[in-house]
Amino acid sequence: MTGQRISGGPVRGSGANLRRRYLRDRVMLGLVVLASLAVLVPLLIVVWYVVSQGLSALDWDFFTQDLGSPTRAVTGRPTGLAQAIAGTLVVDLTALLVAVPVGIGAGMMLAEYKEHRLNPLLRVLNDTMNGMPAILKGLLIFTLVVRPSGTFSGFAGSLALAIVMLPIIARATEGALTLVPWSIREAGLALGLPRWRVILAAVLPVARPGLVTGVLIAFARAAGEAAPLLLTSLGSNFLPRDPWNPLEYLTKAADTLPQRLYSLAVSPYEQWHAMGWAAGIVLLLLVVVVFLVGRLLTRRDH
Amino acid sequence: MRAATPKNGRRVGDKVFLGLLTVTGLSVVAIALLMAWTLGRDAAEPISRFGFFGFLTGTRWDPVSGQFGAWPFVLGTLITSVAALALSFLPALGLAILSAEYAPRWLATIIDYIVDLLAAIPSVVLGIWGILVLAPFLRDRVYQPVFEWVLERAPDQAAWLGNPTGYGLITATLVLALMIVPYTTALARDAIRLVPVEQREAAWGLGATRWEVLRLAVLPYARGGITAGAVLSFGRALGETMAVAMLIGNSARLPLTLFGPAATMPSVIVNEFREAVESLHLAALMGIGLYLFLISLVVNLLAAWLQRRLAPGNVGL
Repeated sequence: MTGQRISGGPVRGSGANLRRRYLRDRVMLGLVVLASLAVLVPLLIVVWYVVSQGLSALDWDFFTQDLGSPTRAVTGRPTGLAQAIAGTLVVDLTALLVAVPVGIGAGMMLAEYKEHRLNPLLRVLNDTMNGMPAILKGLLIFTLVVRPSGTFSGFAGSLALAIVMLPIIARATEGALTLVPWSIREAGLALGLPRWRVILAAVLPVARPGLVTGVLIAFARAAGEAAPLLLTSLGSNFLPRDPWNPLEYLTKAADTLPQRLYSLAVSPYEQWHAMGWAAGIVLLLLVVVVFLVGRLLTRRDH
Repeated sequence: MRAATPKNGRRVGDKVFLGLLTVTGLSVVAIALLMAWTLGRDAAEPISRFGFFGFLTGTRWDPVSGQFGAWPFVLGTLITSVAALALSFLPALGLAILSAEYAPRWLATIIDYIVDLLAAIPSVVLGIWGILVLAPFLRDRVYQPVFEWVLERAPDQAAWLGNPTGYGLITATLVLALMIVPYTTALARDAIRLVPVEQREAAWGLGATRWEVLRLAVLPYARGGITAGAVLSFGRALGETMAVAMLIGNSARLPLTLFGPAATMPSVIVNEFREAVESLHLAALMGIGLYLFLISLVVNLLAAWLQRRLAPGNVGL
């Protein structure tokens, strides 16, 4: 299949020919290394910029005060992103609560009931949804939830993010369950357990690290999305009247870090730019920590 | 009574369980279909007024006079995505080869972690770097010098360079390339890792050098996965919203200049959505969403088809 070109190729070697081949080998290695640097260096520069520019704005006020109007920042009064941090937590966790049961259910269906008639369609549509731009998921929730309810709300944002997470969780679940050997299922069935008990009691525990990793990666991916939130949860410069009540974020327009970062970055105020960088640090940390925990879980298990 | 139930109870349990799973599966299906249906319904007005292809190929987008054509944004999306993929493909392939073939195990592990982490950098974070660092830098050090140089030597050529404000087609493309490069790398790396060892050993046994092993045995075998990965990255670039919206300068004119402002389908949706007070304007944005949906659909199905068609064992020319 791939050997057809070898016959005319490399083995016909006099000294000069061999030297040329080794030279080409070296040159190619050099190119590979150069290409790798071209990828890694700019991206690491970005990370370095975010950290070095944002650190100065990361103080106590940043986590405890809300943003308020631009004059607050310009005149040096205390200002922060407490409303965006709280909003992010509420909106993202609600999204997770919606997406996990549905995503795991769909993944289970794909892996454990392979013969089911719905599966070919489900697989294609799930992969398609995974590749759909997140902004379209925002448009969908805008049409289905925001417009009928007459208000932007954190809950609408959660639903949009849940649609971002769903296909990732379903795919990861399918993958993790497929890795579980059939002998485990057979052992369970031989004990006389019904199929659903076998899946929940024998298969699921074995696949759990893979499942958790899938959920965490889906969370990290959704936590960085700003576009769908701009169309659904809109944003807000202030903490709600009762900042400890999650419903205050879910029922009204709510702020989130990625969408706030965008608004800060495109604003004309230098103080807000600094806060934008700081929001970038927090966002990067959130994503990176969730992601690393997810990866470490599977690494240890395989 | 209890003694009689196990068999029935089991069947009921299985039925209920499968029923619940079917509901979750159906909701995924329903979301996908709803997306197509709502976009189609909400975009009905501009499409019926200008025609499906008339709206697609219309070159004027003017909310004030109620003229809407999607072509500037379709073209902007295609140009930036193709250019970003072209820019990022070879470097991504290089890094994938380094990690999968050359690097010792410890280094490969580190590279893989870094690549996966870079792939998780949120779009807005690259966006703030682009808007506050890269764009001003490019404007002062590259665009303006080039623009002035051209203005001096060949003033009639300056038109297609466009206004060198820093926010425009090239800047957006560069950042878009940075966005998708870790993703392309990860997919190419996984495809290369899947090549069986025997494949490599056969080439080594013929006396091939390392590069020849790669070129003759590894890359041809992995090309299905690599190509499908590139198509998926292209799909990702098409839908990438925030970084592009922050850097492309947002102009509804046809993107015919190098440095000048332009717009893409996602960027125009996110920029104009909140200002779209008129129902036709909003419907036109929905229409752009519909085209974006259709293009993404085609690209995703193409990637899935490529993966199956070019899969190892099915390579036949």
